[in-house]
Amino acid sequence: MKELVCIVCPKGCRLKVDEENDYAVTGNACPRGAVYGHGEIKNPTRVLTSTVKITGGLYRRCPVKTDAVVPKGKLMEVMQLLNAVELKSPVKIGQVVIEKVAGTDANVVVTKDL
Amino acid sequence: MYDLIVVGGGPAGLAAANSAYQKGLRKILIVERDKELGGILNQCIHNGFGLHRFKEELTGPEYAGRFIEMLKDTNVEVMLDAMVLEINKDHEVHVINAEKGYQVLKAQSIVLAMGCRERTRGAIAIPGDRPAGVFTAGSAQRYLNMEGYMVGKRVIILGSGDIGLIMARRMTLEGAKVLACVEVMPYSGGLMRNIVQCLEDWDIPLYLSHTITNIESKNGRVSHVTVSKVGDDRNPIPGSEMEFDCDTVLLSVGLIPENEITRAAGIQMDGRTNGAIVYENMETSVPGIFACGNVVHVHDLVDYVSAESERAGAAAADYVLNGKSEAEAVKLVNGNGIGYTVPQQIRVSRVEKLADVFFRVRQVYKKSVIEVSDGEKVLASYKREHMAPGEMEHILLTRAQLDQAAGDTITIAVKEA
Repeated sequence: MKELVCIVCPKGCRLKVDEENDYAVTGNACPRGAVYGHGEIKNPTRVLTSTVKITGGLYRRCPVKTDAVVPKGKLMEVMQLLNAVELKSPVKIGQVVIEKVAGTDANVVVTKDL
Repeated sequence: MYDLIVVGGGPAGLAAANSAYQKGLRKILIVERDKELGGILNQCIHNGFGLHRFKEELTGPEYAGRFIEMLKDTNVEVMLDAMVLEINKDHEVHVINAEKGYQVLKAQSIVLAMGCRERTRGAIAIPGDRPAGVFTAGSAQRYLNMEGYMVGKRVIILGSGDIGLIMARRMTLEGAKVLACVEVMPYSGGLMRNIVQCLEDWDIPLYLSHTITNIESKNGRVSHVTVSKVGDDRNPIPGSEMEFDCDTVLLSVGLIPENEITRAAGIQMDGRTNGAIVYENMETSVPGIFACGNVVHVHDLVDYVSAESERAGAAAADYVLNGKSEAEAVKLVNGNGIGYTVPQQIRVSRVEKLADVFFRVRQVYKKSVIEVSDGEKVLASYKREHMAPGEMEHILLTRAQLDQAAGDTITIAVKEA
């Protein structure tokens, strides 16, 4: 049994997730809490946002994000891969920087025209 | 002569200018002090913006990009790298920039959208040395996300507001060790989502009811920080000290609406919000001068800034095209549990259908009712499951409800269920 605080809304329900019973959620006040608790324990994922080097732009860093969630355990691996990226201005919002990063289905994309 | 000059090209200014243009104004100027539009959103590279507005999660630059894109289809003028030094009741705007020098521009209407700035170490008087390595969280964010400087390796964060939490994660991702987040209040000022994803995800401890009681330095740089527990009176408890070796302190200890030019223009201010007192259409005490966004009151979500600023822009257009909006006003009185309201005054005859009222409560409430009354009878009531000072509340008052009010005040109060 794992305990966590629901982040779907400000109420902050204290959820209990039973790993031995197909990650069944209790303590949730609404169905959204059940979905969150289930996913958060079974397969926690995050969208990663960071920056990469850029030359010739107004600033030296260009913001990027993964265009889909990646497993929480892979965040640092993606950060390592971003260290090697160097863009040249101009870049456009949505431009792909790394395809299917770290073996996931997510691309790293530019989040600012620069 | 401009129809409208907007002071500030962040989310508030962009939304106000766009909306004024949509409502028919054609000679609009945005004055922005940075080298590009978008304001603070440019350094907020994390996601979570726009869920209300665009029904999707955008990063800060993407959210700003949407509004900058909208401007491209208009003839709104933008003056960058320019500072407004003064405005006055005659709608004159004193601007300075490198290209055009000092100019005095005239406008029929003005929207103030200067946003806010961070409280600094001086505002909270932390004892100890005065070395390098103490930053406000927002300046560190700009250094890291835009300028490309890593500001430290071992970090203590004071204050658990959202910017501090976001920076805890950001510094960790970039290889720093964030040793602790320290909050003087017994609860965090940040969103639950950020507590989980920025601290718990990275095993960063959050010390509630604690504060920094000493900063020591070596060779001019932060070297050591003392953290102490505080009592109910928020004074440090001797003997409760924890010691940290670190090189950086980030401060996330509140935001102050940036209103020097507002005050200097003689616009009436509200001591509770540190912003201008506004009417239902975001007009200030000076006819034709409007204010919106964080310069009026500090918001939690940019989506609400955009909505409020669109109302201000539309009202500026209405003022220019249809003349003055003066009328009898009722005052909104802060009853039990209410910290402030925006607007502070409503001109009932100017309300078409609905008046938006934003406010913050003074403490955490579970099941409760927000009651709106004219002192004798209840005009409206709204149920809430959960309220906290960190979460801005919003109610809509209908024209019919407002019309029922006898007298010239309306009181908003919290009743615990």
